[in-house]
Amino acid sequence: MTAPATTSRNWTVRLRNRAVRDLPPEQLMPGEQPVYVASWIYVFGVLTLSAFVVVLVSGGWLAVEGPQWWHTSSTGHFVNSLHLWSVELFMAFMVIHLWGKFFMAAWRGKRALTWITGALCFVGSIGTAFTGYLIQSNFDSQWISTQAKDGLNAAGIGAFFNVTNFGQMLMWHICLLPLVVGIIITVHILQVRRKGVVPPMELDLRDEIPEQVQR
Amino acid sequence: MTATPTVHRTPTTKAAAARKWTGRTREYDLVKEFVIALVVVTVLTCALAALFSSPDEKQITISTWSRTQPADFRQTAATELDGSSGTATYGAPYNHTPDAAQKVGPVSLQHIAGVTHPIDTVNDFVVGPLSGVPADSELGAALVQWKGATTDQQKTWASAYDDALTKAEGDLTKVGPGDYGPVPVMLDRLLAMAQSGGLDGALLSQKQFFQTDYTKPLLFIADGSYLEDQARAQHLGGDQWGMMNETGNFPGQAWLWLYTFWYQVSPFSTSGNADALVWGLMALLTLAFVLVPFIPGVRSIPRWIPVHRLIWRDYYRTRRA
Repeated sequence: MTAPATTSRNWTVRLRNRAVRDLPPEQLMPGEQPVYVASWIYVFGVLTLSAFVVVLVSGGWLAVEGPQWWHTSSTGHFVNSLHLWSVELFMAFMVIHLWGKFFMAAWRGKRALTWITGALCFVGSIGTAFTGYLIQSNFDSQWISTQAKDGLNAAGIGAFFNVTNFGQMLMWHICLLPLVVGIIITVHILQVRRKGVVPPMELDLRDEIPEQVQR
Repeated sequence: MTATPTVHRTPTTKAAAARKWTGRTREYDLVKEFVIALVVVTVLTCALAALFSSPDEKQITISTWSRTQPADFRQTAATELDGSSGTATYGAPYNHTPDAAQKVGPVSLQHIAGVTHPIDTVNDFVVGPLSGVPADSELGAALVQWKGATTDQQKTWASAYDDALTKAEGDLTKVGPGDYGPVPVMLDRLLAMAQSGGLDGALLSQKQFFQTDYTKPLLFIADGSYLEDQARAQHLGGDQWGMMNETGNFPGQAWLWLYTFWYQVSPFSTSGNADALVWGLMALLTLAFVLVPFIPGVRSIPRWIPVHRLIWRDYYRTRRA
């Protein structure tokens, strides 16, 4: 006989119960949103996610063909262009999304982790894009790697993160960093679904009975 | 007279923000929104790629450098041999040059991290590659003379030749006589090897057949002035906001604007520890950015600059009505 869900010692059951409790299906994929979720600024979150998908697909295509393919194939060059522009869009959408959330003070109501994961996603994406510039295997990557090494070496990071090592940077760019950014994005989205979209500021009393609010 | 009730705003606002929304809702199809956004972004990306393409400036090889600017190559090789090049005097992680590591105050993370990619410019960049050249008796004799000399003697020969090249501005016909030992022969052969493309391969494959670590050839090229000249012509220099620029007219890493900014202003622009200082500052600012919700003052900026009134204008208007 299965033990009651709340007292089960089964790790699988406990994890499932926790997941269902924190993120019931109707909260994970809701069909409605609070009435205040009605601004173009909300679109930039999903645009960022969409651009991330295009980045992964175009980057995956380049990875399948190999790092030198795009120098010798017109199709490869076009796919490289798709990768470049999807990254530019991804970063642009994310910056707008971040500014929007900053001015909404979107960390209110125990949503600090949502902000933190968003900020870490931005930082991680900068690192991922940087390693992408290092593995272009052209003049750009020669110059960027020989210049960037000074900052990284001065910080002690260059001792184990060698930007002039093409093989090491390739692995970071196509494997480790996308995985890290992908995990952070997943946690970020789950946090948004779990905590809900932050409500407008001064939602409570100031809008209803402003004359009674002590400032 | 009725007393006005006192309401403390902050706790109530916090509580309201944390409460689950129980007010009015509107239909919102997240999956449909994502699919439409994905289509829009895909089409936009394809359009940008088709219209603007992407840059692919051809790489510089040691061969192209030595054929285009043999004087710069020879001068650079002389500095590798006398130990005065950028790489030879760099310090960690390439060598143990005293006091070369950058510091923030008394702390040098560069020094603490240690020498993890050891490079001996004399042997790795010059003597080692030349030792693999077959059937050249004059070079063989020069290498025997070099290897049989003391370190001080080697340095004296190489420095004298380096100085002579500097005075002659790279013009071999103007290099005066001097005690250069085997250095002129060695650098002649290294130049020939470089121009034939042999040095590119020799620097890359010093350890094994399969190789993906370009540290040595890149550092050798970067020690010369050819690479920097090409980069500055493309507005990629450090004092040209180069970190966020790209070759041609393409957008680069615009998101590095703040990191690049510090290098343009004092004291960073004039400090010998600029890289360490800028990295330290950016680490602090990044930490502050991540922890905005917990920093008094910063977290209140959205209240002082009420952009949220624009974002939620419909909602506020409805409530007031």
